[in-house]
Amino acid sequence: MKIIGLIITVVTGALLFYAAGDFPAWSDPASPASTYLSPHFIEKTMEETSVPNIVTAVLADYRSFDTMFETAVIFSAGVVCFFLLRISRREDEEPETRYYRHVLTGVTIQLKEGHKMPPSADFERIDSMWTPPDLIIKTGCRLLIPFVQLFGLYVIAHGHHSPGGGFQGGVILGASVILLAISHDLRTAVRRMSEKLIGILCAAGVLIYACTGALCLLLKLNFLDYSALAGILHVDPITARSHGILMVEIGVGIAVLATMIWIYNNISSAGRYRQGL
Amino acid sequence: MTDLISMVVAKYNYWIYITLMMIGLYAIIAKNNLVKKIVGMNIFQTAIILFYVSIGVKKGATIPILEHGHGPDAHHVVHAVDYINPLPHVLMLTAIVVGVATLGVALALAIRVYNNYNTLEEDEILAQIREK
Amino acid sequence: MIWPIDLAILTLVVVAAIGALRVKDLLGASILFGSYSFMMCLLWSIMGAVDVAFTEASVGAGVSTVLFVAAVFRTSRRTRD
Repeated sequence: MKIIGLIITVVTGALLFYAAGDFPAWSDPASPASTYLSPHFIEKTMEETSVPNIVTAVLADYRSFDTMFETAVIFSAGVVCFFLLRISRREDEEPETRYYRHVLTGVTIQLKEGHKMPPSADFERIDSMWTPPDLIIKTGCRLLIPFVQLFGLYVIAHGHHSPGGGFQGGVILGASVILLAISHDLRTAVRRMSEKLIGILCAAGVLIYACTGALCLLLKLNFLDYSALAGILHVDPITARSHGILMVEIGVGIAVLATMIWIYNNISSAGRYRQGL
Repeated sequence: MTDLISMVVAKYNYWIYITLMMIGLYAIIAKNNLVKKIVGMNIFQTAIILFYVSIGVKKGATIPILEHGHGPDAHHVVHAVDYINPLPHVLMLTAIVVGVATLGVALALAIRVYNNYNTLEEDEILAQIREK
Repeated sequence: MIWPIDLAILTLVVVAAIGALRVKDLLGASILFGSYSFMMCLLWSIMGAVDVAFTEASVGAGVSTVLFVAAVFRTSRRTRD
């Protein structure tokens, strides 16, 4: 297998090396990729959409139909991870002994033969392999998480004027919850953001995107042509396109945020949702 | 001879992208461990993304965010040669995020395989399948 | 674009890629892959693709490294190649 692999790799590489001789010169302004469509985007974006960041404008306005299905791909990847790994409560054999920890004093009690604790705020359920999180890491991450989330919201909202947008902001927001799951344990993160909420958010993000498009259709313009929203938002059609971009970016952000947490939860606990890393 | 050397030097970026792509392809085909194969898949993917981004580079141009977009001197003519081509960036931005989603699916499959066969090595999995 | 920095980072990218594939420990491979992603992000910011670099810094170097570590933690660190 190694020899076949090596032969295939060398042949492919040789073909590519041969073809690379015909590539346009490095950083050539007259190369084919930068001559046909991109000058139009660079020169007209400001008058047509009033968004200075060309990448955001092209992503969410000119190519918005494409981006909608990219979001759908991310959503379906989250669903696939769930279906591949999640072990339902019925199939999952519950452990015979359960452990509960008193939050204030740290006293741990053990209940045998499937006895359950009545739900109370003073006790939290822990796993048999539970280790107390380090105080420095716990406090440091607690302090850090609000700022990470604030930065994520800033990245989504300020994507029109600086690098950023729904994808990056959504990943940063998702990473803040993943940080909580790593620094404490998975149960803490799931208590804050339950599996049902994640599933709903994941679908809601794609739905917000598609509904924005359908709204434009209802207002008698093309699908995802945001200038149709001008009447609702009481602005001129150019500003309406800028606001429409913000709406779909929020949808993308929510979908990506939920999918990242969903994939992490399923992978780190192998579908049992008991203990994470 | 000097022509060849100048051509090799002028396009050194492309040669390194192709090398990275070959490393990734070799890992996908020849590596025995499933996680190593997934690492190889990601290297292959990033090499292609690197190539796409590099075709957008223009000499003497700046990043694709328009200067003085709003404000007092907003109405000025924008020249396409002043800004890097944004089109490859858009295509590759979504490709990266879709890449991490497919990475999640690949790792979920690897975990399922490990739960069934208790190993991540390809030849050991194949041997266990033949025994059944 | 400053070519010595570009060349140095390209070399480091290739070294990190080969290292991630050759190291005999999957946890080490995932950490080396994270460094590879971060080097890639630097390369894109040199090329002026700020949005792509930002995405790679948050997605490639952040979340996918965590996913790799989580998957290795749930399976095994052992590898023969």
